[in-house]
Amino acid sequence: MSAEHATAKSASFFNNPRNRALIYQALLLFGLGFFFYSIVSNALANMEARGIKSGFGFLFTASGFDILMSLVPYDATSTYGRTFLVGLLNTILVSIIGIILATLLGFVMGVAYFSNNWLVKRLSVVYVEIFRNIPLLLQVFFWYFAVLAALPSARESMAIGEVIFLNVRGLFLPDLIGESGSSIVYASIGVAVVAIYMMRRWAKKRQDDTGEQFPILWVGLGIFFGLPLLTALVTGLPFYWEFPELKGFNFRGGITVIPELMALTIALAVYTGAFIAEAVRAGVQSVPHGQTEAARSLGLKESRIMSLIIVPQAMRVIVPLLNSEYQSLVKNSTLATAIGYPDLFTVFVGTSLNQTGQAIEIVFMTMAVYFAINMTISFGMNRFNSAVALVERK
Amino acid sequence: MFKFSSILAAGLAVGVSVGAQAGTLEDVKKRGSVSCGVSTGLAGFSQKDEKGAWSGLDVDVCKAVAAAVLGDSSKVQYKPLTAKERFTALQSGEIDLLSRNTTWTHTRDTSLGLNFAGVNYYDGQGFMVSNKLGVKSALELDGAAACIQAGTTTELNLADYFRANGMKYTAVTFDTSDQTRSGFESGRCDVLTSDQSQLYAIRIGLKDPDAAVVLPEVISKEPLGPVVRQGDDAWFNIVKWSMSALIEAEFLGVDSANVDKMKDEGKPGQKRLLGTEGDAGEKLGLSADWAYNIVKQVGNYGESFERNVGMDSPLKIARGLNAQWNQGGILYSPPVR
Repeated sequence: MSAEHATAKSASFFNNPRNRALIYQALLLFGLGFFFYSIVSNALANMEARGIKSGFGFLFTASGFDILMSLVPYDATSTYGRTFLVGLLNTILVSIIGIILATLLGFVMGVAYFSNNWLVKRLSVVYVEIFRNIPLLLQVFFWYFAVLAALPSARESMAIGEVIFLNVRGLFLPDLIGESGSSIVYASIGVAVVAIYMMRRWAKKRQDDTGEQFPILWVGLGIFFGLPLLTALVTGLPFYWEFPELKGFNFRGGITVIPELMALTIALAVYTGAFIAEAVRAGVQSVPHGQTEAARSLGLKESRIMSLIIVPQAMRVIVPLLNSEYQSLVKNSTLATAIGYPDLFTVFVGTSLNQTGQAIEIVFMTMAVYFAINMTISFGMNRFNSAVALVERK
Repeated sequence: MFKFSSILAAGLAVGVSVGAQAGTLEDVKKRGSVSCGVSTGLAGFSQKDEKGAWSGLDVDVCKAVAAAVLGDSSKVQYKPLTAKERFTALQSGEIDLLSRNTTWTHTRDTSLGLNFAGVNYYDGQGFMVSNKLGVKSALELDGAAACIQAGTTTELNLADYFRANGMKYTAVTFDTSDQTRSGFESGRCDVLTSDQSQLYAIRIGLKDPDAAVVLPEVISKEPLGPVVRQGDDAWFNIVKWSMSALIEAEFLGVDSANVDKMKDEGKPGQKRLLGTEGDAGEKLGLSADWAYNIVKQVGNYGESFERNVGMDSPLKIARGLNAQWNQGGILYSPPVR
């Protein structure tokens, strides 16, 4: 709307540009509202006419089917609401592991590109070019059907010291189970994290005041592992190991990492890692070489140049790219359905939709979840971005 | 202002276009073909050969409907659908008829806006295990991992069966029948469970069919049949009676070889079915030779059964429950009268 005419005094209410603008906006709002209202009411009327059930009541009825893997107790008598929760947690699990692994792989490979070692540099280039250029679905199939399905059967598992087993049914690890008193040890981990945070603040202040440096990394590691270990010893080691054991058809006890989860996380991490490596490379290259030379002339060590000069400046380019890579990873995790990993898409849009037939409700709920997850990532990364952004002189 | 009015117009257009769903028969005639939802490939029921031609017991229902409505059993557009996609495809009008080894259940009949037009195969859920396990009964499967296809009644029956018998199991759920087979072959699961007819079909697709055995237990009733949208009774009747015509033709002793003779010289019942007496076709809104075309081009139910899943096929499934009611089975068509 033209603001320059706003000052002109008008005799008529309708000739006032401000009023007109408001009226147009109100009409548009009304039109949009009516548009969506008619879509929704039309869909409901049509479904009613065709005898298709609608509403969210199904969330409280028993699902009647089992799910391969769930982080919360679940069986066939649980409700569809619980099915939704199981799928949601499985999606979050695969996303978090995928994001962590992809970031590590991406940063290692991205930095490796700048290595002076010919082989390391080539390795980085080959990795990026191979995994970036092959469709992700194909990679998921590769890891699942070509690599993990070729593992031996349960009875002929590969074993490491008779405590860790790997076979076609998955990876079986011993589980550390806490007895009474173990909660004190878990609490001590929390205390250690807080202590490390306090120590960092103190060390930074001391360095600002006196210029003396403090070995944060080594002391931090010491506190992180030392304090819980000490607590465990004092409380008399209130833990025992539960080892996986071959009973009947399968291994029981311990922790089972199903091959569907392994295949999906490996595929997502390797694929996304290739893009992150490119982002890291772009970020590092965006820092002018003069910065490195200036740092050298100040007498900084090569490792410190990277961590204090190059990386903080590169992060400004990397973080926005990371944001979209993380979001893609979450969305790509729906490829779980191709190999039967029970993520939200598989158990909810797949099985639940088919058993209840309530497509609109289920698809809407699932879309809302992915939207919310990605908005959360975006929010977090934007906060992180403003933290690494160039701080300008006030 | 233009933008607003066009949005309003679009909104009104959406609002007005309610209930343009009846009249599948007219749509099919106008299009000149029946759009039929089938499986993505299940030996004996709906499968595609090297030339791209579909065949199978379920496919024959599609063909019968095309023969009855359009007089030509080849005028079918096949839409391969996974178990998950099938009902949505029918509800949305993408297909006119779903003939895809689909179990008739209460939930599906009452809450999906669909109608089951009858049963063309009486099935039941069974188990297939590897010979190596030495399992003789499904009750020995405590702790086993089971490969299942997502979105099927199989998933629900399996949970019921293990729960009822106080046994534990791991459900490994895949999207398609082929994936469950490769999961079973790779050893991801100990047991593959599905409708028995499918187990036989999957078994002959294994690299070594003799290494697997189908257990004797049948843990559920699985009446499979064609499905149509609710609310178009004329079309519902056509599909229901096209399928019944296959069964009734066998009962009356009419087959593709003798149909021309029976049409003129047959008993009254045979003539009524084939359209030389009475007005059965007219009442359905079809031509008088609707059932004649079905039997002539597709055969009767018995021919279709033997050709696709019976003794003339690799599956070699016995008629069992799927024999005529006077032959020891439960196949029973209402009379064409």
